[in-house]
Amino acid sequence: MAALDPIGPPRRASSWRSPRLRAWLLQAALLAAVLGAVALMFGNALDNLARQGIASGFGFLSQPAGFGIETTLIEYSETSSYGRAFLVGLLNTLLVSAIGIVLATVLGFVIGVARLSPNALIRGWAYAYVELIRNVPLLLQIFFWYFAVLRPLPGPREAISLFDVAFLSNRGLQLPKPLPEDGFGWLVAALALGVVAALLVARWRRDGAGRRWPWTLAALLLPPAAVVLAVGWPLAWSVPELSRFNFHGGMTLTPEFVALVLALSLYTASFIAEIVRAGLQSVRRGQREAALALGLPPRLVLRKVVLPQAMRVIVPPLTNQYLNLTKNSSLAAAIAYPDLVSVFAGTVLNQTGQAVEVISITMAVYLAISLAIAALMAWYNRRQALVER
Amino acid sequence: MNDVQEAVRFERVNKWFGRLHVLRDIDLSVRAGERIVICGPSGSGKSTLIRCVNRLEKHQQGRLLVNGVELTDDRKRTERIRREVGMVFQHFELFPHLTVLENCTLAPIHVRGMGRAEAEALAMEYLARVRIPDKAHSYPGQLSGGQQQRVAIARALCMQPKIMLFDEPTSALDPEMIKEVLDVMVELAASGMTMLCVTHEMGFAREVADRVVFMDEGRIVEAADPETFFSAPQSERARQFLGQILRR
Amino acid sequence: MDAMPPRRFDLLAWARTQLFSGPLNIALTLLGLWLLWLTVPPLIDWALLKAQFVGSSREDCGGEGACWVFVRVHLPQFLYGFYPEEQRWRVNLGVLLLALFALPLAWRRLRENVWVWVGLLVVYPLLAWWLFHGGLGLPEVETSRWGGLFLTLVVAGASMSAALPLGILLALGRRSSLPAVKAVCTVFIEFWRGVPHITVLFMASVMLPLFLPAGVDLDKLLRALIGVAVFAGAYMAEVIRGGLQGVPAGQLEAAKALGLSYWQQMRLVVLPQALRLVIPGIVNVFIALFKDTSLVLIIGLFDLLGMVQAAVTNPQWLGYAVEGYVFAALVFWLFCYGMSVLSRRLERRLNVGRHVPEDLA
Repeated sequence: MAALDPIGPPRRASSWRSPRLRAWLLQAALLAAVLGAVALMFGNALDNLARQGIASGFGFLSQPAGFGIETTLIEYSETSSYGRAFLVGLLNTLLVSAIGIVLATVLGFVIGVARLSPNALIRGWAYAYVELIRNVPLLLQIFFWYFAVLRPLPGPREAISLFDVAFLSNRGLQLPKPLPEDGFGWLVAALALGVVAALLVARWRRDGAGRRWPWTLAALLLPPAAVVLAVGWPLAWSVPELSRFNFHGGMTLTPEFVALVLALSLYTASFIAEIVRAGLQSVRRGQREAALALGLPPRLVLRKVVLPQAMRVIVPPLTNQYLNLTKNSSLAAAIAYPDLVSVFAGTVLNQTGQAVEVISITMAVYLAISLAIAALMAWYNRRQALVER
Repeated sequence: MNDVQEAVRFERVNKWFGRLHVLRDIDLSVRAGERIVICGPSGSGKSTLIRCVNRLEKHQQGRLLVNGVELTDDRKRTERIRREVGMVFQHFELFPHLTVLENCTLAPIHVRGMGRAEAEALAMEYLARVRIPDKAHSYPGQLSGGQQQRVAIARALCMQPKIMLFDEPTSALDPEMIKEVLDVMVELAASGMTMLCVTHEMGFAREVADRVVFMDEGRIVEAADPETFFSAPQSERARQFLGQILRR
Repeated sequence: MDAMPPRRFDLLAWARTQLFSGPLNIALTLLGLWLLWLTVPPLIDWALLKAQFVGSSREDCGGEGACWVFVRVHLPQFLYGFYPEEQRWRVNLGVLLLALFALPLAWRRLRENVWVWVGLLVVYPLLAWWLFHGGLGLPEVETSRWGGLFLTLVVAGASMSAALPLGILLALGRRSSLPAVKAVCTVFIEFWRGVPHITVLFMASVMLPLFLPAGVDLDKLLRALIGVAVFAGAYMAEVIRGGLQGVPAGQLEAAKALGLSYWQQMRLVVLPQALRLVIPGIVNVFIALFKDTSLVLIIGLFDLLGMVQAAVTNPQWLGYAVEGYVFAALVFWLFCYGMSVLSRRLERRLNVGRHVPEDLA
């Protein structure tokens, strides 16, 4: 048996030739070069900006904006600050992205499954949709919907009516607006309670198939039903009505908004469809066969065996598409929808001239969103990883 | 003819994959409780034959009856037959996202409508029979190949089938794990289960089979009891085949 | 006596299983047919039967169908932008030369030849720059006059050529064992992938001149190309990184054991395998880049979409937006769908030999 050497292996004297030293020198040189370049660039920028008489710093955020914004989720007027304009743009971006993500996911899943349909015609239509939409630039599709479809629509007098509660014209899409009345808050709380109760019931009654649903449904609906019985139905609607030249009442979705959401949803749905299709096809054929061999009907095979495994493959690229949609919403600048880029990196930048600050803030916002979604994805992946040796 | 005693009957069954004729005029009758081992060179149609029994493959000509019921395109009928026929796959095909216990209780709960407690008791019984009850809450990825295949056998048995199909159950296993799976299959045979096994394990055939069916190029070339088949094969192809695999 | 196989393609049997196999299937077939009836006849009607193809001015458009006269009249702008008419032969020659330089790639032996690649990626760009821009005997045409499909191809070609080498360097850097190199590359990649592409173009267009010492003026097209190249490289880097991860570790060890230096290991053993693994991914990045060229219109360059948009919003030709967009969509679609078909063909060809046929026993 070898004895342990009390001293240990001899230490080599380092020299210029040592690869470790060289590696450190190389890295130091790289960092110096990068930092030096950055410093040089910023120095130049400050010089150039100073020469043009443009201010520096973030003080401009509290100055009055001096311009109006057509679509706002919060209070805003020309006297609001640039900072508030930033907030309006940001909220608009998030609004468009959220709605786009929901629509794109629903449509994408439907088309993705349709790609694998046993019906040849449906398969063909799904294929045609995907190949047509994803090979045409998004900007072109936005222009198409905005300039070629929505803008040429007739005026409010000849608006297209949808069941007399919604109207489509060149002023946009008029929809009924919900007007919460007394007790609406209670209804929302009851709904939340119902969801929690339903989840608990679902977990508790895992004792067999087909026995859960009545209980879960009851748990979900009882609290809201109780509120409605006690307080009455707390929701009224303001329906758009045509008067003289335009609509009153209801809420208006501008053509810019509709075109942007439509184009983003249709475009991203085509990518999601392919991701769903690939995910479903990634499950080994043998898994499906084993489930069938046990006598499971096809819908249970899909729900219990294929889909859970497919979702593991689907979710990472799916969230990537969500990220893309959020970034692509910045194309709103091309049709003057007031999203973050359009308002902040467009109008505000033009008025103040402080390009460095404005673009840095804009990029930082998108980076924050990207990193947040990436972190969420990493957490989800760790949770879902198949347990292995 | 008393059909109830007959577990499986092939009548002039033919199947093509495109232009490839993989099953040619198959005539075979399997009695209830009989153990059949199907062997032959690769490409002979052995797997396709047993996969027709639970309609994972569809035959294009001829009649195929399982427990007296003819296999047709009727989906409901196919599902009913699949409940009576259990299958064990070469690559185990356990569901990786479910525990061993959940793998076994999935079909009893959702197909036979059993309550969860009852299904779990049944599953534990079969897991004990295949000698792996302690792994009930493990995931397939945590088990060895031999363990996974034994679980696969238990999973199929949980549906309490009348016929068990085995598609090369030990071909994907490391040598030291083959025995544990074969032991389980031998015990199963002893309990009176009707079994159709595609396998290369000739020792198992000798020990357990009532009949050995030899296939070549889609045809049943020879069918005899193991004794006769191994000592005095009638056909030249069978002799060649045995010569190749029994060299050692 | 062998039984007869079923007839090769039985239309009735196919229809029975694919279209009419059950009540749900029949309903879906009816839905599919209804959608066909809704879209195809009106489309053919509008685009072909009732369309105007002949004419030279707005008066010739009048019917219900598409007015392709609009496209014909503007076709030179859509193709060449503002390039002077008498110099357009230079653009045509440039495209022809590209075909000639790329032709050798059709033969496998020539694909391995370094000089073919040098010709395509170094000699041709220089030649093309001289042809398109001028100088040294040819009259100068400023880049602000480049436009239309010509500009689209220039931006796409330049960004694709830059994306690969940049992507390879970044991918290798991100996998480096030197922490500083790895950090710099990772930050670079994640930064440019995390921000919207038009903010990158804004940055290149507006901020880049600020970062340079006063007096140094960068051509607008060059600024746009730098912007596109930067995010193209970042996306490409992630695709190539996937390929590098797919090469088995044993390959690298074998290369080291043979005594090859780091760059030789990469160039001769690892990269060829890595790139082959992710060819579909690489082509996907190219397709995305091609579509992204349309973004340059937001910073004032007039690519194909930009020229169409200008023509469509021209007060003299109002009302023909659909024709213009359909034309542009068709051109983009041809290029992108063509590239994806190529990618699938490549993928299939490279997978022969990997594919294990099903055991029919």
